[in-house]
Amino acid sequence: MARIIVVTSGKGGVGKTTTSAAIAMGLAKKGHKTAVIDFDVGLRNLDLILGCERRVVYDFVNVINGEATLNQALIKDKRCDKLFVLPASQTRDKDALTVEGVGKVLKELKKTFKYIVCDSPAGIERGAHLAMYFADDAFVVTNPEVSSVRDSDRMLGILSSKSQRAEKSETPIKEYLLLTRYNPARVKLGEMLSVDDVQDILSLHLLGVIPESQAVLNASNSGTPVILDEASDAGQSYSDIVDRYLGEDKPHRFIDEEKKGLFGRLFRS
Amino acid sequence: MSLLNYFKKSKPNTAQLAKERLQILVAHERTQRNQPSYLPELQKELMAVIKKYVQVNQDDISINYESDDEQETLELNIVLPDNV
Ligand SMILES: Nc1ncnc2c1ncn2[C@@H]1O[C@H](COP(=O)(O)OP(=O)(O)OP(=O)(O)O)[C@@H](O)[C@H]1O
Ligand SMILES: [Mg+2]
Repeated sequence: MARIIVVTSGKGGVGKTTTSAAIAMGLAKKGHKTAVIDFDVGLRNLDLILGCERRVVYDFVNVINGEATLNQALIKDKRCDKLFVLPASQTRDKDALTVEGVGKVLKELKKTFKYIVCDSPAGIERGAHLAMYFADDAFVVTNPEVSSVRDSDRMLGILSSKSQRAEKSETPIKEYLLLTRYNPARVKLGEMLSVDDVQDILSLHLLGVIPESQAVLNASNSGTPVILDEASDAGQSYSDIVDRYLGEDKPHRFIDEEKKGLFGRLFRS
Repeated sequence: MSLLNYFKKSKPNTAQLAKERLQILVAHERTQRNQPSYLPELQKELMAVIKKYVQVNQDDISINYESDDEQETLELNIVLPDNV
């Protein structure tokens, strides 16, 4: 059975698109046919992060409106033939996505794909609502920061009341916490909420912690999902997340500060 | 005590503060969003009825909705003026 994953947060700029690109690539690299859809109508960006921006011909809205077939619009990744991207439309018409339209496209994708990753826009408006409406699993991307945690909780309320599963009284969407842009050094200094703090507040199953990492900017500069940077901390963290999601039991990493050199030891408490 | 600890002492733990503020806020917002949508309208109508009999202000009436697995309760609290 195909599974639909929504990558959501409420708050903007917390790392949804970075995460969507990474986990979609990760799932595809594991051999699962995966589609990743950009729901951010008017602010298409997933194509850039995945490095396929120059190959966009048709988009999500073209498919919904019957102006292109799904096969015409899906872009096959050059690095992994199991990964396909459906770009967002750059139209300024916020009503371009409809429940029926999105439902129809997802239904068709489910016939041939194992995983469908929906990159949600920020906010709780139409785009964000449609991105999560048909989901089976939700990756709640959160930064260790007050407004992000609050908005994540808000999003949890929406997932449990406004989704198709909620409306039909089916098994609820499975919710996972992805704590990203984590800085263990600042946590240690008492300047940043810790993983435990965030879990105490949100009570979510932790899928992984992604550290604040320079690798992310390097990856987006070159249009390579950071998970392909296997030497990087963020890349490894996303790999672990994919493995855990697929049922592997992997210990959490990047929660504590790395071992310090001599200078660090001098200052250690 | 290391040098770092010396500096640490002088700074408040803002993460702890953030956590406490969030715990209160999130708990409050969770009860709010589980409230039935008719609550504000109910409050307005009750207010109108009560005003027919006693002189009260908006602040003197509060409605609290709570629910757990077993029951839902609606608590109406009216502060009557002294001269009644
Ligand atoms: N782990 C990380 N370390 C450092 N920078 C990061 C990390 N994750 C994301 N970023 C940076 O944060 C910014 C926002 O990331 P991204 O676009 O993925 O967020 P988003 O949630 O999709 O934003 P929007 O709500 O606008 O769609 C980008 O500049 C990205 O490079
Ligand atoms: Mg985004």
